[in-house]
Amino acid sequence: MITVRTDSIFYWLCLICAALAGLLMLGFFVQLSLSSAATWREFGLGFLFSRDWDPVANHFGALPSIVGTLCTTVIALLIAIPLAFAAALFLVDAPPLIAGVLSHAIDLLAAIPSVIYGMWGLFVLAPIMQAHVQPFMVDVLRLHQLPLLGRYVGEYYNGFGILTAGLILAIMVLPYICAILRDVIRMTPPMLREAAYGIGCTRWETAKDIVLRYGIRGVLGGIFIGLGRALGETMAVLFVIGNLMDMPEDIFSGATTIAATLANNFAEADGLQRSALFALGLVLLLMSFAIQVAAQYYLHATSARRGESRS
Amino acid sequence: MATKISARNLSFFYGSHQALFDNCLDIEERRVTAVIGPSGCGKSTHLRIYNRIFELYRDQRASGELLIDGVNILDPQIDVLELRRKVGMIFQKPTPFPMSVFENIAYALKLHFKLPRKELQQRVEQALRAASLWDEVKDKLKNSGLALSGGQQQRLCIARAIAVEPEILLMDEPTSAIDPVATLKIEELMLDLKEKYTIVVVTHNMQQAARVSDNTAFFFKGHIIEDGPTARIFTNPKQKKTEEYITGRFG
Repeated sequence: MITVRTDSIFYWLCLICAALAGLLMLGFFVQLSLSSAATWREFGLGFLFSRDWDPVANHFGALPSIVGTLCTTVIALLIAIPLAFAAALFLVDAPPLIAGVLSHAIDLLAAIPSVIYGMWGLFVLAPIMQAHVQPFMVDVLRLHQLPLLGRYVGEYYNGFGILTAGLILAIMVLPYICAILRDVIRMTPPMLREAAYGIGCTRWETAKDIVLRYGIRGVLGGIFIGLGRALGETMAVLFVIGNLMDMPEDIFSGATTIAATLANNFAEADGLQRSALFALGLVLLLMSFAIQVAAQYYLHATSARRGESRS
Repeated sequence: MATKISARNLSFFYGSHQALFDNCLDIEERRVTAVIGPSGCGKSTHLRIYNRIFELYRDQRASGELLIDGVNILDPQIDVLELRRKVGMIFQKPTPFPMSVFENIAYALKLHFKLPRKELQQRVEQALRAASLWDEVKDKLKNSGLALSGGQQQRLCIARAIAVEPEILLMDEPTSAIDPVATLKIEELMLDLKEKYTIVVVTHNMQQAARVSDNTAFFFKGHIIEDGPTARIFTNPKQKKTEEYITGRFG
């Protein structure tokens, strides 16, 4: 029987559950900060900018991991966003049967465990990259000879490295971005799309100039979700990144990411190295956090501006 | 008076459902033609054939002929983008693009013409003046088009349509979402615009049809029951159905 007393217990239970999320978040920060204190004392903020990770000399720097994380993430988004947008555009207008089957197929990409992606990357994608894609980029397209950007493409390859990791990540974040873009496109008022066609826009012009702009908030939301996921992905990257604790020279270089460094090194780390790994964890948490805050702030700012202009 | 548009045995299908039956209608150049009739009688459907906008939807299909200046625009060889430049459309609700007032019009211009910056600005101003909107927006060209009032937004859409130098303006209940004062402005605008453009307006509002149109076509259940000069249709309809409708006995 429900009494006032049991009802108040229920109230407190709900409150605790709700508060738990905040407490956990706080707990992560506190624990990571405490465990990494030795690193910050030893290296200060220089930890973030140092290129060396040398357990023998007991010197640790985060820059290679940070750069690796950022590069793989950026490559993933550069590949995934246009693909997701094109797929979403097609799926919204496709005949129902085809749209249904393909939508589910794309959604199911999200259900594949990341270790499977890693294995696939190691045994399938990396060899294909080495045998076909990278030779094509170097020998046929000669991308490494491009002015300015060429030096970031690289001339030497072995199938592993930043580009391969970025590709795997792109496939992994694709379903998230695509799902949100599909919703954004569906939410565009039909009359607005007709108005665009009515003035003489092609499908492509309508999509990029009208639909995308109309749903820009949703689009950015989708991209940030993909971004957050790519930043922290560990297992799939671990298999194909090459796991080199060096600064990457170009996108064919073996490298590491923060998540991959953590997964690789904790087992045999102690002392200062252990603390440095915690410091890396803190950096990753802060990066994800900063992206969330920036996204929220941006969305808030755009909605405020729109609100103002309406009055 | 020259005939601008000529529908010949125009039928229309939503999937297997036939919505228009052998519509035949001549529309005079530089006149306002009102299309009236009860809800669901096919007025908008008929209009949406003129710029082939219905083709966006998979299961919609038109048969028969629609001649504009003697050319059948339902011919698959017709350049549909050029057709839509020539045949502008205004919708039931204002449809400003999510960009500034200036960009709304400049965007349409840039789709069809390569213009130097200076001329682009002139053409935007011309279009806004022609839609009697310039004085109201000249100080806020950089504001979002969505920030204007409903009536202003609708005139912005008219400005956008006429910026690309169309010959025909299709208006699908252009004032149904707009207050009476703004409606009046748009009706005055239509009377100005018919000097240069052939206007076809779908309307639910019989007073509006009487005020703005030279000719009227009455639709009922997908058939054109009667068409002719507005004054005659409203004072001396030949068909019983037309008389019943305009005297408000149904619809």
